[in-house]
Amino acid sequence: MSSTAVTHERDTHADSHAHDAHEHKPGFFARWVFTTNHKDIGTLYLIFAILFGLVGGAFSGLIRWELAEPGLQVFMKGSMLDSMGLFNLSNPDHAKHAFNSVVTAHAVIMIFFMVMPATMGGFANWFVPIMIGSPDMAFPRLNNISFWLLVAAAVLLVTSIFTPSGPGGEHGFAGGWTMYPPMSTHTGSPGPAMDLVILALHIAGASSILGSINFITTIFNMRAPGMTLHRMPLFAWAILVTAFMLLLSLPVLAGAITMLLTDRNFGTSFFDPTGGGDPIMFQHLFWFFGHPEVYILILPGFGIVSHIVSTFSRKPVFGYLAMAYAMMAIGFVGFIVWAHHMFTVGMSFDLRAYFTLATMVIAVPTGVKVFSWIATMWGGSVWFTVPMQWAIGFIFLFTVGGVTGVVLSNAAVDYSLQDTYYVVAHFHYVLSLGAVFSIFAGFYYWFEKMFGVKYNKWLGGAHFWIMFVGVNLVFFPQHFLGLQGMPRRYVDYPEGFAYWNMVSSIGYAITAVGVVVFLIMCLEAAIVRRKGEANPWGEGATTLEWTLSSPPPYHQFSELPVIKEDDEHH
Amino acid sequence: MGNKGLFGKGLSGRGLFRAASGAVATLALSAAISATLSVSAFAEDTMGLPTDKAMGWQPAGSALKRQAEWFYDDLLLPIIVAICVLVAGLIIWIMIRYNKKTNPVPAKFSHNTLIEIVWTVVPVLILVVIAVFSLGLLRDFNDMPKPDVVVKATGNQWFWSYDYPELGVTDIESRLREDAKDIKTAHAAGIPYLLEVDNVLVVPVNKVVHVQVTGADVIHSFTIPAFGFKIDAVPGRLNNTWFKAEKIGTYYGQCSELCGKDHAYMPIEVKVVSNADFDAFIVKNGGKTRAMIASDAAASAAAAEQAAETASASAAVTDAASAAATSATTSASAAPVSGAAAAH
Repeated sequence: MSSTAVTHERDTHADSHAHDAHEHKPGFFARWVFTTNHKDIGTLYLIFAILFGLVGGAFSGLIRWELAEPGLQVFMKGSMLDSMGLFNLSNPDHAKHAFNSVVTAHAVIMIFFMVMPATMGGFANWFVPIMIGSPDMAFPRLNNISFWLLVAAAVLLVTSIFTPSGPGGEHGFAGGWTMYPPMSTHTGSPGPAMDLVILALHIAGASSILGSINFITTIFNMRAPGMTLHRMPLFAWAILVTAFMLLLSLPVLAGAITMLLTDRNFGTSFFDPTGGGDPIMFQHLFWFFGHPEVYILILPGFGIVSHIVSTFSRKPVFGYLAMAYAMMAIGFVGFIVWAHHMFTVGMSFDLRAYFTLATMVIAVPTGVKVFSWIATMWGGSVWFTVPMQWAIGFIFLFTVGGVTGVVLSNAAVDYSLQDTYYVVAHFHYVLSLGAVFSIFAGFYYWFEKMFGVKYNKWLGGAHFWIMFVGVNLVFFPQHFLGLQGMPRRYVDYPEGFAYWNMVSSIGYAITAVGVVVFLIMCLEAAIVRRKGEANPWGEGATTLEWTLSSPPPYHQFSELPVIKEDDEHH
Repeated sequence: MGNKGLFGKGLSGRGLFRAASGAVATLALSAAISATLSVSAFAEDTMGLPTDKAMGWQPAGSALKRQAEWFYDDLLLPIIVAICVLVAGLIIWIMIRYNKKTNPVPAKFSHNTLIEIVWTVVPVLILVVIAVFSLGLLRDFNDMPKPDVVVKATGNQWFWSYDYPELGVTDIESRLREDAKDIKTAHAAGIPYLLEVDNVLVVPVNKVVHVQVTGADVIHSFTIPAFGFKIDAVPGRLNNTWFKAEKIGTYYGQCSELCGKDHAYMPIEVKVVSNADFDAFIVKNGGKTRAMIASDAAASAAAAEQAAETASASAAVTDAASAAATSATTSASAAPVSGAAAAH
């Protein structure tokens, strides 16, 4: 096999480079603060994502704790949460506001400070340059500032949680991550917390735009000789499409929240009907960003899962070109379906009909991807490692979330389900069980490569099964709640919703155990330090990162690899 | 009882997929079972209220909602469950047939044009079928018959206020009852916790009710799950929808757009009553029924045209009455309208 021969040749190359590169690492402060090394920046992003994942996860814990039973138990004076002193629960108004602000912060943190840093920041920084045979990113210093801008944004957001917002001085913006005016203007949130959220999103957006420019430039200009776009690994394709989506959608968000900022502080009335503005215009602008954003969250996961499925089936990805073009199709269609989030705002029949039909179209390229993953495994010699379990879990759970998306695309059914727990269940199936499972899949797939040590397989497997049971128990019953009409973002609910809410909260407790197992897994690997191999996954792992040592040399590919036509590096 | 079945299957299923070297089957199984259950879930048949442990819709209170339920239960749900079961089934088969032991030498294929065309075209055909029914249903929701009653609902932080603009009843403030704010007092009073309001919205049975919705401060959303509609209450906008309740009874809904701290505490309660009771309600609240307005119009028309002949006078009555009705609706929907009224 010619490709194996090439791989071996490259192995020796990598080793020889590794020797002279090892010694050039700067000291701790210079290495981790001023770093321009894509792998170190990737690691920083991953640590950041894990930390904020824990914060966002803790917030969802507060939500599920409060919603376990009807009546107020947690967000009230004298509760256990009150005794922790984190939130101002001194009177019922402050307490109910605090719940809404926790719901808001949970969403913003999970989207902007957990999933995006993990996929676009962590894995993409780590593996796009290596997979395309490049020594580093095109703009290494820009890469550094992308990360630290995100830290600044996170500081602003966390500050906002403890800043006055409501008319009675309640803390934290409590209008949901969608920030619809007038809830987000002076009418709903007069205090400075909302301004901090706006600035946090501005800076997080700038960080993402700079990162996207970096990825696009890197992928277009720094591919190794012979690596044409049509030979490029699917993860790099996924990041390329995602970067373009970020680049085109974030400026729209920036524009919308800038108008919100001037409405709040400088007397404009873009979204104020008494001054000729329209609150619905904000929703159009927001969702023009917001809908692509959900594909931004999931597309990198598509790339990761493609590699894992191919590696552990010991088969090339089925329908490589169709997979790449399906992602482009999803990226494109993702921009023209935004108002399916707005079926109840009062749009004309034609608009509702168009957005129903356009939204359904997304099911086609998404179906192509799901079936292609299955076809990749079909006839393979499938090895059920920990990352493969996560990937298979992803495929199934993403399918479940995807089909409920088809349900919600129908405006006439959406009248019953809009803003209910059915929607909550749907988007958590595609994001919490889709995107997050793909992140864990990637984490276990590249763990040894990134950190140079092996994880404990038993702990990894336990992590998967506990999480799998837990998250399904959290979110599957929420479909039933939605069909019964339970609205989302409610601090309390009628007794008719009690049973499934309790089941959902029990599911959260199980999921939390899974997260603890994950942390133990990380700790155990860091303490025991079983030495990692260059390629623990065998012949199925064909992309370039497996030709390097684990961890890769500080500067890889001092001599560029050459990709030949019969290579299988995707 | 059905709920226990779901979890029973789930747990026994766990042993099963362990044996099959780990599978994702449980959930598909649950989904399939839930599909069968959700169609026949509401055993207790509480009208207009959520039912604990239910897995499907609240009982429908209008023909349109029943259509929407049919669309979901009998068309969408079987399709999406079939897709999930297919994917789960293929994955399980792969686990059994194509694992490291049973298939040590992997195949090398990576293309099959025919299958790729099939899995592109078949979903398109399925979507076309869904779309045909979906757009038909959307059309039915959209095309409001000639309304019998117009009600205007205004969302406020944190209560609803109702007007009957044509009938001269204005500003009925509808707030969550004090004793419905606590589980114990709600039980003692025999009212549903967090749902019972002081002043309900009263509408006649079997009549087309045109609902105009707007917001006074922030965005709220007006919905009654049993009637299958939901429409946002947006400041500066007058949104339109409609429903036709089939049965006398009480129907509850809850504000469905995050509107601040008491978002969960501004329910919607609609009381569907007979025509006579509705007229009595209107009169009691200082308004005039349609019949009274018509006879007033007739009286004034008669006064204005004292000299006219009896035959032409009665013709004028009909004209005046219908003209009054038309002008009421037109002026009411003069603000930026969309949805139902705009599509005409």
